[in-house]
Amino acid sequence: MHALLHALASSPASSPHVDAGDTAWVLTCTALVLLMTPGLAFFYAGMVRSKHVLAMIMQSFACIAIVSVTWVLVGYSLAFDKDAGAGLIGGLHLVGLAHAADGVPGTPLSIPPLVFVLFQLLFAVLTAALLTGATADRVRFESFVVLVAVWSVLVYAPVAHWAFSPDGWLHRLGLLDFAGGTVVETCSGASALALVLVLGPRRGWPREMMAPHNLPLTLLGAGLLWVGWIGFNAGSALSAGSLAASAALATHLSGVGGMIGWLALEKKLTGKATTLGAASGAVAGLVAITPAAGYLQPLPALLLGVVAGAVCLFAIRLKFRFRYDDSLDVVAVHYVGGVVGTLCVGLFAAAAVNPAVTHQGLFLGGGLEQLGKQLVGVAATSVFAFAATYVLARVLHATMGLRVTADDEHAGLDTSQHAETAYELTTTSTIGRSHG
Amino acid sequence: MRLVTAILRPHAVDDVRAALEPLGVHGMTVSDVHGYGRQGGHTEVYRGAEYRVDLVPKIRVEVLVDDDEADAVVRAVVETARTGRIGDGKVWVQTVDEVVRVRTGEVGAAAI
Repeated sequence: MHALLHALASSPASSPHVDAGDTAWVLTCTALVLLMTPGLAFFYAGMVRSKHVLAMIMQSFACIAIVSVTWVLVGYSLAFDKDAGAGLIGGLHLVGLAHAADGVPGTPLSIPPLVFVLFQLLFAVLTAALLTGATADRVRFESFVVLVAVWSVLVYAPVAHWAFSPDGWLHRLGLLDFAGGTVVETCSGASALALVLVLGPRRGWPREMMAPHNLPLTLLGAGLLWVGWIGFNAGSALSAGSLAASAALATHLSGVGGMIGWLALEKKLTGKATTLGAASGAVAGLVAITPAAGYLQPLPALLLGVVAGAVCLFAIRLKFRFRYDDSLDVVAVHYVGGVVGTLCVGLFAAAAVNPAVTHQGLFLGGGLEQLGKQLVGVAATSVFAFAATYVLARVLHATMGLRVTADDEHAGLDTSQHAETAYELTTTSTIGRSHG
Repeated sequence: MRLVTAILRPHAVDDVRAALEPLGVHGMTVSDVHGYGRQGGHTEVYRGAEYRVDLVPKIRVEVLVDDDEADAVVRAVVETARTGRIGDGKVWVQTVDEVVRVRTGEVGAAAI
């Protein structure tokens, strides 16, 4: 009876084969990935000063709107259509999602292709939103909208094609990037560095203390990100089976390891374990496991988290040393964490976890071969994302102006860009007259 | 009439209020303030970076009293709020020219 039911359930209702369990799981994960962008908004919003908090949230919400449109119009096609040349960029056959329901070129799926389209759309949204940690407190909203729209097409879509499309040159090279250590983390981190170099530091940095105004918001955001990350990584299995299970477990363990690694080092260095450290360490661990989730066994995943937590905390010192105002540490957490995780695949990739692993990691006796491929992936993504974003930011800076005026920055982006105030906590702050 | 102003540790305000009631003080204004004196600030740590915070949170208590009550009020505030450590705060007294109760229009000592 059970076998009969199974046979009925798996009989193809339409061609190509769609599995109900796989579809339900990836649809669930799609919703979880959407949750990450508001989660990120709160994670970042708590870290800025109270006069910039709405603008910080708005930048993430704007990414949801902007990138959803650019992805449907052209981004998805450039990333996942058949290759248009040399594995660098996809074609235009899927522009406007024409033919998108027919299948994902080169990728056999047991879910409807439109689920894949939406799942990947939300990856593109989140990656763009990560940039807001670099544009915090000083970007003009109009310029930000144009920046994200163009960036999602010219920077994100090509890198997604390289690593995620079977036609992409990094994918063909043999790069193992399960859920976006290069495409999401390295790409957003290198782009963030380019943005802060063009934008320049926030006024008063690093002389003035710019302490987080509401750490409970940041911890709430980190919690939402953690939950969403299970969908991000385990959903990248694109099926509801053992691969999704090991990816989910590895993801959670690395987040845990990141929190432990960060807090242990922080306690040793400063004498206190902080809540911002707990949130940052967990995110660093989750970043690092993103490329590795579907390739690592549980204990290496935990170890990766610990290492990433400690390394990312150290990496934050770089901005003070080299004097670039990476305001919310996109470089230290996402770039450094993404690179650590992507390289770690070359150390710990296990064929027992994922048959797609053809060269096991160095520590599993597979030699240096896979590590070399990971290194190429990281280097290529870094150079392209940094250079392309730098040129794009320079052009926008020279034409529209990326930065608000000094007066607008002092007043805060909430009032100057959005004509709102986040907190009306005192009686005097609501005294005024309506001109409605 | 006198205005007694006290800058105190935030946790002292309840005790001060209790100490002033028996003296016939039936009203005060309390505000959150920040400042520094001989007490230094404190250190905060965000993502491994340490910051020196110079301004310390304090409470400002303002009490209007009749001329002959000022000394007793000041003494009560000082004795109640003193811990003996740096950062206990300050109290000062100013002469007030006129006081009017808004509701009744009473002036002078009757308005206190």
